[in-house]
Amino acid sequence: MARSAKGWLAVGLALGVLVTAVGVRTWAGPVRPAEVRVGIVTFLSGAAAAPFGIPARNAAEVIISELNAGRVPAPYNTPGIGGVPIRPVIIDEAGGAEKQVAELRRLVLDERVDLVIGYISSADCLAVAPVAEELRALLVMFDCGTNQIFEERTYRYVFRTHGHQILDNVGAARYILRIRPQVATIAGINQNYAWGQDSWNTFRDSMRKLKPDVRVLAEQFPRLFAGEYSAELSALLAARPDVIHTSFWGGDLESFLIQGLPRRIYERSTLVLTTGDTVLPRLGQQIPPGVVIGARGPHGALAPNVPLNRWFREVYTNRFNVRPVYPSYHMSQAIFGVKHAYEKALAANRGAWPTKEQVAAALRGATFDTPSGTIRMALGNGHQAVEGVAYGITSRFNTATREMELTQVFHFPAECVNPPEGMKSEEWIARGFPGARCP
Amino acid sequence: MNQLLIIAVDGLVFASWLFLVSVGLSLIYGVLRILNIAHGSLFAVGAYAGASLVVAYSTAGLWAPGALGVLLVAALAAGLVAGPVIERGIIRWTYGREPVMQLLVTFSVFLILEDLTKLVWGVSPYYAYQPYQLLGQVRIGGIDYPAYSFLLLLVAALTGVGLWWFVRRTRFGRVVVAVIHDPEISVAMGVNLSRVYVTTFALGSVLAALGGAFTAPMISVVPGIGVEVIVLAFAVVVVGGLGSLEGAAAGALLIGLVRAAAVHLLPVLELFTIYLVMAAVLLVRPLGLFGRVEARRI
Repeated sequence: MARSAKGWLAVGLALGVLVTAVGVRTWAGPVRPAEVRVGIVTFLSGAAAAPFGIPARNAAEVIISELNAGRVPAPYNTPGIGGVPIRPVIIDEAGGAEKQVAELRRLVLDERVDLVIGYISSADCLAVAPVAEELRALLVMFDCGTNQIFEERTYRYVFRTHGHQILDNVGAARYILRIRPQVATIAGINQNYAWGQDSWNTFRDSMRKLKPDVRVLAEQFPRLFAGEYSAELSALLAARPDVIHTSFWGGDLESFLIQGLPRRIYERSTLVLTTGDTVLPRLGQQIPPGVVIGARGPHGALAPNVPLNRWFREVYTNRFNVRPVYPSYHMSQAIFGVKHAYEKALAANRGAWPTKEQVAAALRGATFDTPSGTIRMALGNGHQAVEGVAYGITSRFNTATREMELTQVFHFPAECVNPPEGMKSEEWIARGFPGARCP
Repeated sequence: MNQLLIIAVDGLVFASWLFLVSVGLSLIYGVLRILNIAHGSLFAVGAYAGASLVVAYSTAGLWAPGALGVLLVAALAAGLVAGPVIERGIIRWTYGREPVMQLLVTFSVFLILEDLTKLVWGVSPYYAYQPYQLLGQVRIGGIDYPAYSFLLLLVAALTGVGLWWFVRRTRFGRVVVAVIHDPEISVAMGVNLSRVYVTTFALGSVLAALGGAFTAPMISVVPGIGVEVIVLAFAVVVVGGLGSLEGAAAGALLIGLVRAAAVHLLPVLELFTIYLVMAAVLLVRPLGLFGRVEARRI
């Protein structure tokens, strides 16, 4: 049946109204969701679970539940994100980089998460960052240490809300020269993969640059998860360096300390543990006095005495019967960074729910408060955070906290231990830390 | 001279540990002709059993040196429970099947045991350092060694001698040798093959658990420790010759000494010294140092 001209006009008008409505709807941006779905990727199994993955997951759980209940101190005292509750989707990081790439795709395309906070392993971060960019998915990396990510390429959707490994090891070198300025010889024992090699190279090169007459007596690189360090300890004891640097973590660090104690390695050399904060609550008196402890930033035992930190320590300890360690703090930085960015974008959008591009723009170059102090997204075109670092040295066992107390604690500000924007870390160290401002 | 002495001591200490963690694998292969990947998990079960019993024993404030006996009890209990259950419940159904199928089955057992240990002991680390620090230090070449390392050397030597005596001097040991050489003729002569298999698997499991239990005081006992061990144990028995007890001792000693030398003289090579030794030995002796050529059966 043929339709009349009037009929066609009516259909045309109806379609026009519909298209306009859809257009207006699209132009107005996304609707306010019932929940913000956040993919959280952390080690729940394997060797990195107990020291890093589980403390990070615990931090995510407790912070998100407190945020949703509106019980977090200012400036995060509004419920959820802009009043919308956060729903975590937690998955295991174990299984290797290829699996993580597939899991990221699943989280974004199937689980429809609004953003992903994740990754402890540097290999995983390097693998997933380009994929997140390709998917145009917001990714906030919370704990991986490699400095390569934002020094090798630029990103639009990928961020990292904590400092990279350069600050750990430049800070360790500066700390050693502050407490033992007469140091003449150094040695290192680090795991034989990117993290261990990069950490040692940064520490060694920083020491050489800051005190050119320092000699390297031994460089040990046992395999990851070796567990047995008898020969390496003998080599270090025989070399008798003034300082031994290690970026060991987890079970490897604990085994090294257990085996080193009866061999009195602490009596001959000052031991520097760049990730030592994670073992303080675990090993108690098995860590002797005189060991330099780092926390990959001002975290854990070295965190500042600010209201957010006091709140975080209290809620975490009450729920898990142990204090938070640095991976927990790194997780807190990612979550608070995301809340800060969303709410900044909401305000800029006059209350309308922001697009992920608007959230990314709000996080780019942002400055926000965390339990570890103020974080600045100052590197990598505003995508990479800088933070200060703190080191201390074990003194005596505190029977109340069941931990070794730290003394001679020094905080090095971000501009002292991070390269300036636009300069690669290796170049910064090789050129003698240009632009560094240290107290 | 001093450095050579330190290398020799480090090599011996590491070799004794390697022998302890690998001899059970060789024994089971020698008799059952199965490469037991689950050996690594049995090591982990022994480590967890040893660590948790030592922690309980030390917390109770009992006589401190008794903790060393507790490690032995833990290894025996873990091996004697897990070994027969695995052999009777799973492994025996694979006898006579393709080696690749046997390998996959023991790998499945490995994965099951890995998850079972997490289920029983969780993912948090266990520390049982009390026995490690109990015996004090011994000064050699100007540096301190924990006396526990030499206890480990003694345990490895006693295990080796005990196994040699068991295989060569006891009636059951001779039956085992007969089965190694020809299972069919052994059955024809009245040997109860099932009994030999289950006993050998249980003994191999006890040895794996013994390695784990005596390693526990030196390390942080965490999930995943079994994976590392199976790779090392495999390298040792391949170098020595699959199925040979003497080979396991020789392989452990060779790898231990070469690795210690690398750590002291050329640390950058340490990571692959084990595989370097393995490749060099297999180039010259494809069946390992003590491997025997077997007649092909039709």
